[in-house]
Amino acid sequence: MISANLSAIFYLVSGVLFILALRGLSSPETSRQGNLFGILGMVIAITVTFLSTGNFSTGFIFVIIFILAGGSIGAFIAYRIPMTAMPELVAGFHSLVGLAAVFVAISAFLNPEAFNLGTPGNIKLGSLIEMSIGAAVGAITFSGSVIAFLKLQGIMSGSPIVFKGQHPLNAIILISIIVLIYLLCSTQSSNLFWILLAVSFLIGFLLIIPIGGADMPVVISMLNSYSGWAAAGIGFTLENTALIITGALVGSSGAILSYIMCKGMNRSFFNVILGGFGATDETSGEKNKEQRPVKSGNADDAAFLMKNASSVIIVPGYGMAVAQAQHALREMVDTLKKNDIKVSYAIHPVAGRMPGHMNVLLAEANVPYDEVFELEEINNDFANADVAFVIGANDVTNPVAKTDPQSPIYGMPVLDVEKCKSVLFVKRSLSPGYAGIDNDLFYKENTLMLFADAKKMTEDITKNL
Amino acid sequence: MEIDPLIFRLSIFILSIFVGYYVVWSVTPSLHTPLMSVTNAISSVIIVGAIIAGLSGNSDTIFNTSSIFGFLAIALAAINIFGGFLVTQRMLAMYKKKKKDKK
Repeated sequence: MISANLSAIFYLVSGVLFILALRGLSSPETSRQGNLFGILGMVIAITVTFLSTGNFSTGFIFVIIFILAGGSIGAFIAYRIPMTAMPELVAGFHSLVGLAAVFVAISAFLNPEAFNLGTPGNIKLGSLIEMSIGAAVGAITFSGSVIAFLKLQGIMSGSPIVFKGQHPLNAIILISIIVLIYLLCSTQSSNLFWILLAVSFLIGFLLIIPIGGADMPVVISMLNSYSGWAAAGIGFTLENTALIITGALVGSSGAILSYIMCKGMNRSFFNVILGGFGATDETSGEKNKEQRPVKSGNADDAAFLMKNASSVIIVPGYGMAVAQAQHALREMVDTLKKNDIKVSYAIHPVAGRMPGHMNVLLAEANVPYDEVFELEEINNDFANADVAFVIGANDVTNPVAKTDPQSPIYGMPVLDVEKCKSVLFVKRSLSPGYAGIDNDLFYKENTLMLFADAKKMTEDITKNL
Repeated sequence: MEIDPLIFRLSIFILSIFVGYYVVWSVTPSLHTPLMSVTNAISSVIIVGAIIAGLSGNSDTIFNTSSIFGFLAIALAAINIFGGFLVTQRMLAMYKKKKKDKK
């Protein structure tokens, strides 16, 4: 058994290692080392906990068994999961953090002596406040993440679920959570604790159902943030520095990612959270749909255009992930490179279903990361490029965002694809994208539509090159 | 008058938010997915609380209601820790630079 002071120092060390783990992600070269720091921090935190409890009885064996059981499930998932399913995986993991926070809070509430927080029915006021906040945020994280998971997995429809009185209802529930925490702290009643948990689970569920599929990047980042705040709440209860530091890191990380995603769509955070986007706009998109001529071509035409180009910019989007076209795309690019054509990739901040989703898919397909550029880095290059190859992206290339103040996506940063000499647009049909609006790019003089499945089209182009 | 230890923890918390703010802004956008999976893994340090809860029973009754919740939390957090770090490792291993020897 080691002293409380010594273990506190070790917890601080593991907190610092977690900071270094995130710091490592500033570049791909240092990132792998950063991950090792994170693992080391975790090992230290767990070891110190064992040493400080000094309990190596039968209970200890059960702890090890549960760690190994959970660990092998986790490892199995980590090795088997396809990269396209990362958003679902992360949402699923968030729900587990939330539920774990709830369970720890329940355990502390039922047996506060084990944590030096007082006796049942007479828990220290400060600890009880921290515990109930941690439990409530954990519960919201859990049920919210489960809904996000179901939507991403396609088990639940990605379209927003809206009903009358939704926002007032949510507001009433949120206020009642605060009231419940207040009552719980003044009465110490265990019934109130269970009601608080139930209501928190409910609000997590209600908050996420009105948010549509393409807003998932914001939702996942937001739930990431919540899972951090839940951990921090529990950290205060347990007076544990490692948990407090980690909770703060994760909480701010998720918040920053949500901010970046919202900015990528030029929408306020509240606009996304209140939800319903895409459901209302779909009808208006169909109303003003007029038949305009488009030029469409086949793989042969596309191959001809690219063969005569000297530089090509590829714009991947979520559709590429759905069609699993990333490997076929890389093969096409390899062929282009053999013909001395310069190829780069342009990634919009909200491409895909989670932050950085496209980058991971391209990395998986062996695309070197220094050929992949962010919007600000590459947007000026479109004017000098010969061909833009848009594969599975739509709204993020729509020039309407720059020209039409009436458009729902007006002001959203878009890739200046239309400035290219010619644009190849791989798409299955002319249907509008997520925002429910027509893409002006389809009807431009220099656009050639390639109506086909992204993967098949890419393979056919490669054959024709 | 002595300062409540809560104030110290609050100080650590606030300063860590700032550290997090600056560290996360310096993360390159192409690594945002690994960032999410690794934050997932580290937030599972909540296992520390779960272990204390799991070991709260005495030698006669290892399993009481409180410790059972502790054990369940241990399993959940362990899924996250192993899954989170390993999947991050797997992703980061895929980020490669351009091969120099290409013509």
